[in-house]
Amino acid sequence: MIVAKQKPIAEIKEMLRPYPKVLILGCGTCVKTCFAGGEDEAATLGAVLRLAFGQEGKSIKTEELTVERQCEDAFIQEAAQAVGRNQAVLSLACGAGVQAMARRFGKAVILPGVNTTFMGVLEKPGLFTEECSGCGDCELDTFGGICPVTRCSKRLMNGPCGGSKNGKCEISPDTDCAWQLIIDHMTALGQLEDLKRYIPAKDWRPSLSGGPRHLIREDHVI
Amino acid sequence: MKSDVQSRLKSVLTGGGFAVTAECGPPRGANANVIYKKGELLKGCVDAVNVTDNQTAVVRMSSLAACLHLLELGVEPVMQMVTRDRNRIALQSDIMGAYSLGIRNLLCLSGDHQSLGSQPEAMNVFDIDSVNLLHAVRTMRDEGEDMSGFTLNDAPKMFIGAAENPFADPLAYRVVRLAKKIAAGADFIQTQCVFNLPRFKEWMRMACEEGLTEKVYIMAGITPLKSAKMAQFMATKVAGMDMPESVIKRMSGVTGSAAVEEGQKIALETIAELRIIPGVRGIHIMAIEAEERVPELVRAAGLLPRSQK
Repeated sequence: MIVAKQKPIAEIKEMLRPYPKVLILGCGTCVKTCFAGGEDEAATLGAVLRLAFGQEGKSIKTEELTVERQCEDAFIQEAAQAVGRNQAVLSLACGAGVQAMARRFGKAVILPGVNTTFMGVLEKPGLFTEECSGCGDCELDTFGGICPVTRCSKRLMNGPCGGSKNGKCEISPDTDCAWQLIIDHMTALGQLEDLKRYIPAKDWRPSLSGGPRHLIREDHVI
Repeated sequence: MKSDVQSRLKSVLTGGGFAVTAECGPPRGANANVIYKKGELLKGCVDAVNVTDNQTAVVRMSSLAACLHLLELGVEPVMQMVTRDRNRIALQSDIMGAYSLGIRNLLCLSGDHQSLGSQPEAMNVFDIDSVNLLHAVRTMRDEGEDMSGFTLNDAPKMFIGAAENPFADPLAYRVVRLAKKIAAGADFIQTQCVFNLPRFKEWMRMACEEGLTEKVYIMAGITPLKSAKMAQFMATKVAGMDMPESVIKRMSGVTGSAAVEEGQKIALETIAELRIIPGVRGIHIMAIEAEERVPELVRAAGLLPRSQK
């Protein structure tokens, strides 16, 4: 899923200051799952903002609505009327959702309410971890299902750096050394020998380095 | 390795000598005198001087510029190059430039992560890793081609180094990684500072067993400690460092100039031990802003005079 984190209230407040009538638009898929922008978060955020502006002697009218996915036009359309009756939309979707909204409603002010952080998983209750950078050329088969592009702080493809200690990365004791995980996993699979192979310099063209990406599916073009 | 690399360090190592290199950190500023001063201190007592590349991710004068200052003094530099800050285009370009200016030794590194440095807000690059860099430099030298396969108009012919940390985890894989670096192009290895001798010996034994010491010149890292505080700092704050409790304890028993002497003593004892370990072909002294101690350390270790050929 795409993992996001709600922006600090102070930052949201400053964004909304010129707009006393705001639609807080939740997104019911990824950001709901990571507790950043579903129905519950939209409702809570509305109440918090009303209170925060109230403390300043100012008022803000909020309307809350959540659509299934803001990254899909079919779902976005459900919000058209609510968008029309508000001065701005605080979208709690990821950056893709915010932009899809801005594209759909060209004359509406669409503001981001969350910081989109990464593509990841819920590793255990309360802990989301980044797993994929969308590099465009998946090599997980080479690394025992653990991605060095995303999970090694230096994107090393040929083994751990000198900063790996007790299974942890040099950047923080809270960060696992991806290479320790890769080596452990390949050992368990009996494939450690495969890690002796030289991995050539990665071709980054399929990644964001190659420019903004798009995907054309001829079989679906109408 | 092709034989047309002109490097004094290479001559010492291939000639069977016990090589001595030292590290010189460029200043946090544009003052070349800092390099001249360090260069003068080290001149004649080491075979070559490593110039760090924004070490610990702290912004400093570029390694390439500082190497040139050393060359002006007649000191042979080992240019360190990390893949953290430059992509393959910039790395190859700087290698060609460095060679055109007379730099003949290159140490290929990934680099400390920028989050540990002076400007953690920076975006890192890590387009390629240190093993890819070794491969690229070797291909330039031996095939005369850049990473795209383009035939270069005079290829840089570097004596190629890599770093290895025998104290990092996982131990069993450290030797595999060493083998990868050698296969990719490393002619010589400079290791992390050795304080934990048993672990270093174990790593060397594994490297010998794999036949790696026949393929590469391994130089062991030495850092003379100045105080118990420095030992503590290195134990807890420096990435990849292995500082045994016994060393900290030994340094804790002394203060001031006695501590400096004790640090020197530990370094000398370590050098003596290193010299008898099969496969150790030299030492690399990282004095960390105490370059004035290097001449005495090298002299006391019985490693003077250095050949000036």
